[in-house]
Amino acid sequence: MTWVTIGRLEDIPLRGARCVDTPEGRIAVFRTADNQVFAMEDSCPHKRGPLSQGIVHGTSVTCPLHNWVISLESGSAQGADVGQVRTMAVRNDNGALLLELTELRVAAE
Amino acid sequence: MTEKLVIIGNGMAPGRMLDELFEKAPGAYDVTIFNAEPRVNYDRIMLSPVLSGEKSYDDIIIHDEAWYERNGVTLLKGARVTEIDRESRTVTAADGRTASYDKLVIATGSSPIIIPVPGHQLPGVLAYRDLDDVERMLEIARNGGRAIVIGGGLLGLEAAYGLKRQGMEVTVIHLMPTIMERQLDPPAAYMLKKALGDRGIDIITKANTKAILGTDKVEGIELDDGRIIPGEMVVMAVGIRPNATLARAAGLTVNRGIVVDDGMATSDPNIYSLGECAEHRGVCYGLVAPLYESARALADRLAGGSAEYQGSVTNTKLKVTGINLFSAGDFAEAPDREEIVLRDAAAGVYKRLVLKDNRIVGTVLYGDTADGSWFFDLMKKGSDVSAMRDTLIFGQSFQGGAPLDPMAAVAALPDDAEICGCNGVCKGKITSTITAKGLTTLNEVRAHTKASASCGNCTGLVEQLMKLTLGDRYNPAAVTPMCDCTDLGHDDVRRLIIAKGLKTIPAVMQELEWKTSCGCAKCRPALNYYLVCDWPDEYADDYQSRFINERVHANIQKDGTYSVVPRMWGGVTSAAELRAIADVVDKFEVPMVKVTGGQRIDLLGIQKEDLPAVWADLGKAGFVSGQAYAKGLRTVKTCVGSDWCRFGTQDSTGLGIRLEKFMWGSWTPAKLKLAVSGCPRNCAEATCKDIGVICVDSGFEIHFAGAAGLEIKGTEVLGQVKTEDEALEYIVALTQMYREQGRYLERIYKWAKRVGLDEIRRQIMDDAEKRKGYFDRFVFSQKFAQVDPWSERVSGKDKHEFKPLVVTGFSEAAE
Ligand SMILES: Cc1cc2nc3c(=O)[nH]c(=O)nc-3n(C[C@H](O)[C@H](O)[C@H](O)COP(=O)(O)OP(=O)(O)OC[C@H]3O[C@@H](n4cnc5c(N)ncnc54)[C@H](O)[C@@H]3O)c2cc1C
Ligand code: HEM
Ligand code: SF4
Ligand code: SF4
Ligand code: FES
Repeated sequence: MTWVTIGRLEDIPLRGARCVDTPEGRIAVFRTADNQVFAMEDSCPHKRGPLSQGIVHGTSVTCPLHNWVISLESGSAQGADVGQVRTMAVRNDNGALLLELTELRVAAE
Repeated sequence: MTEKLVIIGNGMAPGRMLDELFEKAPGAYDVTIFNAEPRVNYDRIMLSPVLSGEKSYDDIIIHDEAWYERNGVTLLKGARVTEIDRESRTVTAADGRTASYDKLVIATGSSPIIIPVPGHQLPGVLAYRDLDDVERMLEIARNGGRAIVIGGGLLGLEAAYGLKRQGMEVTVIHLMPTIMERQLDPPAAYMLKKALGDRGIDIITKANTKAILGTDKVEGIELDDGRIIPGEMVVMAVGIRPNATLARAAGLTVNRGIVVDDGMATSDPNIYSLGECAEHRGVCYGLVAPLYESARALADRLAGGSAEYQGSVTNTKLKVTGINLFSAGDFAEAPDREEIVLRDAAAGVYKRLVLKDNRIVGTVLYGDTADGSWFFDLMKKGSDVSAMRDTLIFGQSFQGGAPLDPMAAVAALPDDAEICGCNGVCKGKITSTITAKGLTTLNEVRAHTKASASCGNCTGLVEQLMKLTLGDRYNPAAVTPMCDCTDLGHDDVRRLIIAKGLKTIPAVMQELEWKTSCGCAKCRPALNYYLVCDWPDEYADDYQSRFINERVHANIQKDGTYSVVPRMWGGVTSAAELRAIADVVDKFEVPMVKVTGGQRIDLLGIQKEDLPAVWADLGKAGFVSGQAYAKGLRTVKTCVGSDWCRFGTQDSTGLGIRLEKFMWGSWTPAKLKLAVSGCPRNCAEATCKDIGVICVDSGFEIHFAGAAGLEIKGTEVLGQVKTEDEALEYIVALTQMYREQGRYLERIYKWAKRVGLDEIRRQIMDDAEKRKGYFDRFVFSQKFAQVDPWSERVSGKDKHEFKPLVVTGFSEAAE
């Protein structure tokens, strides 16, 4: 488990998301209207839609491909849909964002 | 100790049985399923919508992989059981896989009957039973040609309709004088045949197939009377036979099906049978509703109960979009029977009730099936109808003298009355789920109970049940709210935005008392559009409230890449433009270049990070965004018109280009596609567009409100004008009227239907002042809208959209 600096809060649009490429794959980092930050795999449990491209509302995101709604807090699909996205811890230290990664790997040169 | 339950067959019946069993006695059994089909449990009755393209396989899955995992069920896919050894209580599959059981359920369903006429083994002769059959049909359908369906029953007609929808010519061959003769009387069969004929399906009755023709694949069929019908595919839908071979070989008692008692046990008390393969009190069923009833009884037995299945009365509905048909019971004429008939030719309605001793024994409804479940319930219960005989045929709402409140009628239905025939959902299940899960919208009820989720025939009933259960919390007559965040409908919101001068999304949400902090993915894009439309100069577009395509100005594809469609004004291009596109394709290794239906070129499979660079190169050649992603003006298709065509009456290409240059960039409630044809031969297909123009010698005929997507609809004529300037003015005014009144995502044809064609003609054609007002407001709004979004982004706007925040986690590890 390592905390990795990924950037600053202002780098992410309000009610928006940015991506972080890591050895664990592409992670979506979300910023809500009230400046909470969440991170999860950028892959919808339905058909791998890129959740970072969805519309963020409250503490949920709606997938751009077929409109599943995923809770940013728990990573689980809302409503009648069933599915789970892996979430990761992300910390906001006075505007600096740190993401917790389990797996570290040397980049392939 | 948990017992071992083995199930042979993974169809709809055992699927439902397990749902009930896990609810009643979770963990009581260690379950293993052998399934000859290499897949999970899906909704077989919905294969017809899959064939017609109205649904996909994913939509009809009942239990996904996660369900088996969650319930600890071992599913052996592609495992066809070939032997049951009752001595050692084991079953063995063809591939050698084996399992031992304490309790065994045989649920092998049935097999389609293939008539052994010469040629029946040719490739291209298909049955209609499982997903593999559907896939084979779709494969052949891709090449077009004619499909011949043998059998004009429920299955055959659904197959015919699906294949027609897939673009094939279709002929149905039916042995009897009328189609669906077991479910329909001749008048209803006549109406159905006519309706299918209108959809382009040929039906030949009293026809017997003598041989299927062809040498190494199907080339046609020959009938007894010598007629030959050429075709590429033969679908046999002449009936089913219970799959009882396995049980017979194991020495169980078998008639037509595997004989079971009221507890669904076979002649071996440790072996049960369920589904179409079972025979209960002499009856083998071929519809899901009775199978679901017996599944409930078996689940209870396996959970230690003593439920008894009493047999079922069945009814039939045909799942062909736009045709309403209901049939139940026996309706043959006999001396001791009376009938009540209602016909309304204009409305295409036919209703017939057959009575015996003042009780309903048969019902056929065509065109209006709303009272189907009420008649069916009276029939099942054997209720005496003499008191209401005179008004019986008018349905439930006419009973009791003065028209009865339909709510009271629904309230009077017993809990076990079937509401949704497709999914076998009864009233009690719907009302209890509404209460238990706190459901308040029709969509939620569909998602949780499946009622009204298939053919939709029962939607009215379901809504009444919701009203009954929820009282004032549900009011079907009220406006549908925009979404769950507000009780206001689209029209109220639009009105209030202007009346209260609301100019930002937060202001709307505050003033109109939104129930959520920042809306949802349904209301935010709608509000953003309303504000852009109503305050073009003042409102700052909220990109985070736009769908991804409109946020990054490209179309997202299934794999997360994007497609890029530059504008080609009126579909006209040049060597320089094509060269620039070719260079982009080479430079960015664009995997797919395709000509769109809108007369321009689509570059598919572009990585998001590359978009600004692609646009920069296209921009240098003069291209701007084609807005192929926008709820806004998309394309203006044209034909070559009087410049080239020997029939052309006006410069249709020129007018199309002028319209596109005038209107590009404008946002509309839903996408807006135009076309201009140079003469009534209509080569630009203008009469199925949102707005179309047909040029004639004396001027321009303006059309609107066509559709050519999920629905197909020819346009309506708005009116005729003399000059090109007028054509432009009227079209622009019409567009602005739609922009100001349309509900978000409401296409122009739906808006027109809602506000009325005459009203639109009155305002645009006859009221010069109104027209000018609309025109001027459009022109004003274009000042702010006609900014090429691509060049903006090439110059650096929204940079964050196109690259990752950071690439991390790799180098740190090296430290
Ligand atoms: C296209 C179509 C449309 C229909 N429309 C309707 C409708 O509108 N309304 C309605 O009520 N009904 C409809 N039906 C009928 C309904 O689908 C069936 O009544 C129902 O699916 C039967 O369920 P079941 O569980 O008995 O058998 P099935 O669902 O047929 O399942 C049997 C399963 O057992 C497997 N199997 C067979 N033998 C073996 C073996 N030896 N070892 C392992 N596995 C084996 C089969 O591969 C199959 O997957 C329709 C059927 C079709 C084909
Ligand atoms: C997410 C869903 C959809 C995507 C990604 C999509 C994509 C496209 C694209 C890229 C084009 C070419 C467009 C152009 O040149 O501007 C197109 C054309 C077309 N689309 Fe869609 N489309 C979608 C949904 C629909 C729907 C719902 C309908 C019907 C209501 C529809 C009907 C059409 C028609 C009729 C054309 C041809 C236009 C013409 O000939 O002028 N599309 N589509
Ligand atoms: S619509 Fe008329 S003018 Fe245009 S190409 Fe066809 S025939 Fe020619
Ligand atoms: S491009 Fe249009 S018609 Fe083709 S699959 Fe996509 S939505 Fe369907
Ligand atoms: S991939 Fe996310 S909803 Fe389909």
